[in-house]
Amino acid sequence: MSQQLSVQHLLGIKDLTKEDIELIFNTADNFKDVINRPIKKVPSLRDITVANIFFENSTRTRLSFELAEKRLSADVVNFSASGSSVSKGETLIDTVNNILAMKVDMVVMRHPKPGAAVFLAKHIQANVVNAGDGTHEHPTQALLDAFSIREKLGSVEGKKVVIVGDILHSRVALSNIFCLKKLGAEVMVCGPATLIPRYISELDVKVEHNLLKALEWCDVANMLRIQLERQDIKYFPSLREYSMMYGLNKEILDNLPKEIVVMHPGPINRGVEITSDVADSKQSIILDQVENGVAVRMAVLYLLAQTR
Amino acid sequence: MSTALTKRIFDKELLSITIDRLCYQLIENHDNFHDAVIVGLQPRGVYLSRRIYQRIKEINPKAELKHGELDISFFRDDFRRREMIVPSSTNMEFIVEDKDVILVDDVLFTGRTIRAGMDALMAFGRPKKVELLVLINRKFSRQLPIAPDYTGQSIDTVTSEKVKVQLQSTDGDDGVWIISSDSKL
Repeated sequence: MSQQLSVQHLLGIKDLTKEDIELIFNTADNFKDVINRPIKKVPSLRDITVANIFFENSTRTRLSFELAEKRLSADVVNFSASGSSVSKGETLIDTVNNILAMKVDMVVMRHPKPGAAVFLAKHIQANVVNAGDGTHEHPTQALLDAFSIREKLGSVEGKKVVIVGDILHSRVALSNIFCLKKLGAEVMVCGPATLIPRYISELDVKVEHNLLKALEWCDVANMLRIQLERQDIKYFPSLREYSMMYGLNKEILDNLPKEIVVMHPGPINRGVEITSDVADSKQSIILDQVENGVAVRMAVLYLLAQTR
Repeated sequence: MSTALTKRIFDKELLSITIDRLCYQLIENHDNFHDAVIVGLQPRGVYLSRRIYQRIKEINPKAELKHGELDISFFRDDFRRREMIVPSSTNMEFIVEDKDVILVDDVLFTGRTIRAGMDALMAFGRPKKVELLVLINRKFSRQLPIAPDYTGQSIDTVTSEKVKVQLQSTDGDDGVWIISSDSKL
């Protein structure tokens, strides 16, 4: 097993090798152990300062990163675009360089523009972790999703995973596809034709427009949230119709020939992508995903810190 | 192990006599181990601690000794200052609150691993007492004020030399070797 990441920044799953992903998972196993102890903290990153820079709203990811940093004993500064100099017209580079001038070693950034993290990594000295850049990638989400599948089913290789919903606007979908393919899983995307990008099959994924067929095929269903905030035009007639065609309810789940695992990256629109009884059923691993998120992010930060 | 720069200081027999002696010393101090736990430090201390645990159980089947394995990677003070540290697994099925803890490692050199081990241990409670057992104590090389309570053997070495301990559970041929810096491990 390789012992060091091949990259200095985590910008997207596309840049990682299979060995990198396995190294992150093996390290995350150790951290999952740590966060389930009475004392959930280790001193590894005590001489590191991390800036969480969020130009876009986030609850889970931000909280998860902050907990991961604190449990590694890093010093943490938080920054969000609202109420900052960004609204006074400061550029991204200037904002970040000002933060780095205060001696920050790592930057975790979420930004509404695709490629913002790559741009940043080229221009600054700190390690950059992409916490979501527009519709491009969300690497730590994909890592924790695959980690959760590995935990639940033993391995990712050979498993059939369907990603349902708004594939067009979803960075989670793209990162998930890269990650699952690298680990040897079969991937299908499912959703209305308007929300499936035209050339998606170039990524070697299956496309299906019928939810029932997709669910019968898969071992794992990852139900994505409909991102109304990114939709400038109407891609489907109404939420009610979407929910009728692509919503997962208990009846569908119980009538499937085998028991599948249900995932959701959050935040859930209960009654749209999945109904409440599905979200809270024993087949759902939604809360395990959240727990694993902290362990996986600890592993990413720990491994990146060693490349400095 | 064939280079002329390697010196064998323990053979299989001496090793097992020494481990037996360490076990009897532990039994003398801890009776039936009612309040004691033995904790091996990952990666190489656990082979010795497993061996000691088994031997004590053989000598006294009624011993209530518990065995744990502790990984100290995240508590090291040389993180980012040397080559990559690869974590091993921690198996601690108990808490150490108010227990006598016997920390076990194969070689005591600078003392920094033991310092990290004590730090890692505190995540599992506040022990009543912590003791240290090592197979090989390298004299005159300590960088921290740490001394063993139970020692297999104390030896004189220079800093550039390495001490290699092999125990049956991993490597087949038991023994302890001193290896000079020019020879390859």
